[in-house]
Amino acid sequence: MRRLLPFPLLTLALLVMWVLLTGFSPGHVVLGGLVAALVSRTMLSLEPEVTGFRPGLAVLRLAALVVADIVRSNIAVARIVLFRGVEHKSGFLHLPIELRNPYALAILAVIITATPGTLWVEHDARRHIILIHVLDLVDEEEWIQLIKHRYERLLMEIFE
Amino acid sequence: MIQAPDLPVWAAIIVGLLLLGGAVVTLIGTLGLLRLKTFYERVHAPTLGTTLGSALVLAASMVCFTVLQSRPVAHELLIGLFVTLTTPVTLMLLARAAIYRDRSEGVLPVPPSSRVPPRDE
Repeated sequence: MRRLLPFPLLTLALLVMWVLLTGFSPGHVVLGGLVAALVSRTMLSLEPEVTGFRPGLAVLRLAALVVADIVRSNIAVARIVLFRGVEHKSGFLHLPIELRNPYALAILAVIITATPGTLWVEHDARRHIILIHVLDLVDEEEWIQLIKHRYERLLMEIFE
Repeated sequence: MIQAPDLPVWAAIIVGLLLLGGAVVTLIGTLGLLRLKTFYERVHAPTLGTTLGSALVLAASMVCFTVLQSRPVAHELLIGLFVTLTTPVTLMLLARAAIYRDRSEGVLPVPPSSRVPPRDE
């Protein structure tokens, strides 16, 4: 099985994408399955590192959390844009991070940047510090705790 | 929209509200480009359009075409997924280009680079 399908999750994702794009029918499931199995094998030549990904409840919890936070921060940023009266002070933030898994770090970067109001600027892999720009930086410590508690802990559960 | 007349009134209202909501959120985001002061602040504004704005527009499309049953409903989830995955790349590139420039010019107060340790002189 491992030799036939070296990347089962990737194959499944490609198949789901195929079915979403073409519409559900038995023929398309078979065709999409074949294409997914063949195409996912091209990843072999890239020799990706082992992700250490563990599917589980934590993935759903993280997804729900991110969706809720995106809606919340959309409203927060809209208030800052619309009402000049809303006081805000933007600035950079150094965040010490314990995550080491490159895939988990990439996901954290996407989460932080996709959420309005926070932007991942760079990651210092030697000192394990990430630089974030925050639109509404009231309390640095509060932001650090927020990101560490909300996202980092869940990501550590999902990876490693 | 040629099929729009076939849309029942209740669905048309939902679709209209979702579309309007998405358009308003995206508009607020673009207004942010005008109203925010520095480059780093302005980079935050367009994310409104790529997150909630596009989500609402995609939801409108899903409702509309599900009701009309002209094609599968979940199509739009893929658009949402890829928009969410690719926007951060652009934003990060912009921000990093800006911080690189600001560091080398030394005009704006930005955190120093951690990559090159400061040389003793």
